[in-house]
Amino acid sequence: MDYIYHEEVYKLKERLNEIKEEALEQIQSAVDEKTLQDVRVYFLGKKGQITEVLKGMGKLSKEERPVIGQLANQIRDEISEALETKKTKLEQAALEQQLEEEAVDVTLPGRPVQAGGPHLLRKVIREIEDLFTSMGYSVAEGPEVETDFYNFESLNLPKNHPARDMQDTFFITKELLMRTQTSPVQARTLRKHEGQGPVKIICPGKVYRRDTDDATHSHQFTQIEGLYVDENIRMSDLKGTLNVFAKHMFGEDRAIRLRPSFFPFTEPSVEMDISCKICQGEGCSVCKGSGWIEILGAGMVHPNVLEMAGFDSNQYKGFAFGMGPERIAMLKYGVEDIRHFYTNDIRFLKQFHGV
Amino acid sequence: MLVSRKWLEQYVDLDGISTEDLAEDITKAGLEVEEVRGPVLNDENIVVGYVQECVQHPNADKLNLCQVDVGDGERAQIVCGAPNVSEGQYVVVAKPGARLPGGLKIKKAKLRGEVSEGMICSLQELGFEDKYVPEDFKDGIYVIDEEVAVGEPACPLLNLDDAVIEIELTANRSDCLSMIGVAYDVAAVYEKDLKLPEPTVYIENELSSDYISVEIENDKANPYYGAWIIKDLDIKASPLWLQNRLISAGIRPINNVVDITNYVLMEYGQPLHAFDYDRFKSQKVVTRMANEGETIITLDGEERTLSPEHLVITNGQSAHAIAGVMGGEESEVQDDTTTVLLEAAYFNPSVVRQGSKDHGLRSEASSRFEKGVDITRVKEAATRAAQLLSEIAGGKVLGEMVEKGSTEWNPKIVEFTASEINQRIGTEIAIDEMKNIIERLRLDYEVNGESFTVKAPARRRDISIKEDMVEEIARLYGYDRIPYTLPEGVMKKGGLTPRQKLVREVNQYLQKAGLNESLTYSLTKEDWANQFVSPEIKALGLEPVALALPMTDLHSHLRLSAIPELLSSVQHNVARNQYNVALYELGSIYLQKEKDQQPEENMRVAGVITGLWEDHPWQGEKKPVDFFVIKGILEGLFVHLHDEEVAFEKAELDRLHPGRTAVMKLNDDIIGYVGQVHPTVQKEYDLQDTYVFDLNLDQVLEAVQYREDYRVITKYPAIAQDLAFVVDRDLPAKQLEDAIKEQGQPHLETVRVFDVYQGEHMEEGKKSIAFNLIFQNDERTLKDEEIEEARQKIVKHLENEYQAVLRG
Ligand SMILES: [Zn+2]
Repeated sequence: MDYIYHEEVYKLKERLNEIKEEALEQIQSAVDEKTLQDVRVYFLGKKGQITEVLKGMGKLSKEERPVIGQLANQIRDEISEALETKKTKLEQAALEQQLEEEAVDVTLPGRPVQAGGPHLLRKVIREIEDLFTSMGYSVAEGPEVETDFYNFESLNLPKNHPARDMQDTFFITKELLMRTQTSPVQARTLRKHEGQGPVKIICPGKVYRRDTDDATHSHQFTQIEGLYVDENIRMSDLKGTLNVFAKHMFGEDRAIRLRPSFFPFTEPSVEMDISCKICQGEGCSVCKGSGWIEILGAGMVHPNVLEMAGFDSNQYKGFAFGMGPERIAMLKYGVEDIRHFYTNDIRFLKQFHGV
Repeated sequence: MLVSRKWLEQYVDLDGISTEDLAEDITKAGLEVEEVRGPVLNDENIVVGYVQECVQHPNADKLNLCQVDVGDGERAQIVCGAPNVSEGQYVVVAKPGARLPGGLKIKKAKLRGEVSEGMICSLQELGFEDKYVPEDFKDGIYVIDEEVAVGEPACPLLNLDDAVIEIELTANRSDCLSMIGVAYDVAAVYEKDLKLPEPTVYIENELSSDYISVEIENDKANPYYGAWIIKDLDIKASPLWLQNRLISAGIRPINNVVDITNYVLMEYGQPLHAFDYDRFKSQKVVTRMANEGETIITLDGEERTLSPEHLVITNGQSAHAIAGVMGGEESEVQDDTTTVLLEAAYFNPSVVRQGSKDHGLRSEASSRFEKGVDITRVKEAATRAAQLLSEIAGGKVLGEMVEKGSTEWNPKIVEFTASEINQRIGTEIAIDEMKNIIERLRLDYEVNGESFTVKAPARRRDISIKEDMVEEIARLYGYDRIPYTLPEGVMKKGGLTPRQKLVREVNQYLQKAGLNESLTYSLTKEDWANQFVSPEIKALGLEPVALALPMTDLHSHLRLSAIPELLSSVQHNVARNQYNVALYELGSIYLQKEKDQQPEENMRVAGVITGLWEDHPWQGEKKPVDFFVIKGILEGLFVHLHDEEVAFEKAELDRLHPGRTAVMKLNDDIIGYVGQVHPTVQKEYDLQDTYVFDLNLDQVLEAVQYREDYRVITKYPAIAQDLAFVVDRDLPAKQLEDAIKEQGQPHLETVRVFDVYQGEHMEEGKKSIAFNLIFQNDERTLKDEEIEEARQKIVKHLENEYQAVLRG
């Protein structure tokens, strides 16, 4: 079917196409959503350009109206779509810009976590505590200001015993003193058990000696001692226990060596050396050429100590050992001056906070 | 104890045993070797030479040109600058090719136009320590004053080829304070024969008793005394071999008589004393306790005042020696001495100890007496000395030493069985091996089946109980051979106590909160001991515990707070440009509640923070520590321990900022304080704003409550309300908070201050404080009216009680 249209139809068609051109051009050049909104209202709004065109359809015939109507709809859709597309594009660009603006220099330093940490000596002590508690020992503590009785007499060091070096002790009165060892805790604990074994303890704590502070001496230092009293405790049990300790603290590859020694509260007494890590036993300056480094003193509890604490020394035997966490820390980490442990220099303390 | 290998070889054959092995083997057997020294020099190019001719160097005033016979008909021309060189001397010549201890290598050279084929040596050049060089040879070459063969190697002659082992003896092994004692142990270790000296002496017909008698007044203090007269002595330098022995033992040779007593001291461990008989001026020796105030001038020229605790050797009138400690100047052996009274005695160890302690005199002699010498060998040692005095010093030994007292020794009997020993060591040593060990130790014993009876000799007074024999057998069996076992007893539950676990919790909490665990000294300065003491401790009115004899004023008193020493640690850091410091210490203070009684120990945790708390400069975040940082840490601790009842109350305490200090209270008891160090005190320590706390950890831990239940997380919403009031500036926020909490019941869950404002736009003396309130009911949604009702109740109460004005 062919129609001859009224001239007005051509005019309206032309107008609509002009609107389309104009709209697409404006959409094209829009730089933000606000402009797009204005474009939408201007062309597609209730009082927009397309509506204006449709108002002119009154002059058209019944047959002609749909022609214009259809074209108007088609152009409306095209503009809408162009608007939508542009909008997405602008959003994308905006997001990209935001992301770009939000970028940080990932190489700048992070915010430091305000954390402290343990003291090296306490760390060593806790490590030893953990090892022995895992083997069934308890941790026993006692007073730092001790009586002469517990610090000396109960440990087989009667008054005027030659091995009692009074020069070493800080006395407060004739009977009161700063403990020179943590052994009085052993004596106190044994007494509490009233002759009933087993007793299995380790005793960490501060001790005091009449020394002038220098790189290797400190008038205050720490000690950790162990005691195991039961029926049938043997010297080989001491050796086995110390071996477990040495390998745990210093590494599986370290060997131990026991040497006879003397302490008034043990008999036999021994000193334990571990093989030198630096020279692997060949001898170097650290181990004074011997290949061995002295770590601790130990021995079988002297029967006098057991008897004085109320234990039958025929029935019960025991071993005891004692060591200095300072020495262990110094050996393990190469700390050269014992005073570092008590100066609390932050640069020293912080080094041992990690694993 | 210094042990010369060559000296030791007099008693034990050490062929095939290197000095290093010897050192290791005796260390393992209980004689801990500290160091092996030497040999200093053993060079065959160093020989004895004879100066045949000595003329002045033609081209140098101070040099001599010597023609020296160096043996085998060889004659060397040597240029020598020593002032004491002369014809007819036996000297030590380092021939070309010799290397001296300093590293100097001797070469044939031309000195001022004259050939010099070697060097005539001084003792220092040969490696002698200055103190052992005799006065005559200090500034020149050494001249050998003995018959020696020309060309003979000089190093052995001067004992330079010897090795000396330094043994660090334990207190129980005084038996090894003598060469013979060491020889016993070495022979036991290597299962070798022991060749002991068997001293004999030619005795004159004249009797010692014609010259001297002995009287002992106190036989407890002096169980035995022997006096021997030796006449016609020629006092002079000792022969080389004797000097060598003494030098190897670390003793400076003096003259033959003194050297011989020292030699016997080192050989037998028996101190002897030689009095100049003529200067002793008496025919009787009386040993007795000193009179109160009695005096003696000892060999060192000091006048000593004695007391009845000291044993003295007298001539019947005045004291001539402090027994076993030091002789008197009056009867000292001198160059003109011809007759000596040789003392060989046994003194009670504790009496000698008292003497040496009171007079500050520790000598080789006293330290041996103190530990107890071998009483059964006193006479033998005296005979050895007499023999040497006769052989070396030309002395005539008079008949029979005059003796008083007894040298008898009751040996300790130790009984044990082989299985007992094995049970205690954890070994299976066969009976025969045990027998062998005891024989090697040269102990008298009997064995019956597996039962042993050992008689411990006087030289081994450390052996007295079964355990001592366990040690003897174990150490010679070898500690290396003892197996590794673990105790076989019943498994016992160990672990930390609840309190010990809590202490660890506290440590971990504080470390996570940013504090560094520290250790300071418990002993502090007297004035520091009483500073920064928490009010509840101060209220006890105690004096810090004082040491009787401090080493230094820095550590004379036991602390009542750790804060002064912690501040000193902070000061140390700040002085080293470490400005941000946060430390805490967990440790005791010492409360002596009754005079001379054992103090109570109160476990506390003290902390100090200075500098920046937040420090992130490139983001502009730098926040110095303030009161609320340190308070927050403590509040967090109390929350962690469910000790939530702790209250902070404003307080004015000594050395703390009056406006920035609070005490902490638990059930109305003060348990510590927190605050800023007073600005004037900060200045003393050179510190910026510094905050401290000192908390009674014992009390805190006692109040700990363990979480025992669980609160279901409610599905009903919480409702927030903000309220702001204008109140008096001095009104503590906590009072308002508590009031709000009380009035807001039953649904008010939490109250939190979220804003405090004072200053501009605020009436003088007022502040605005805003709270955030959270209402919650676990079982249902709260109604608006309920909230409104609570709100009005709160507002009304605050208006009435605190004249608070609600802000729109
Ligand atoms: Zn080494």
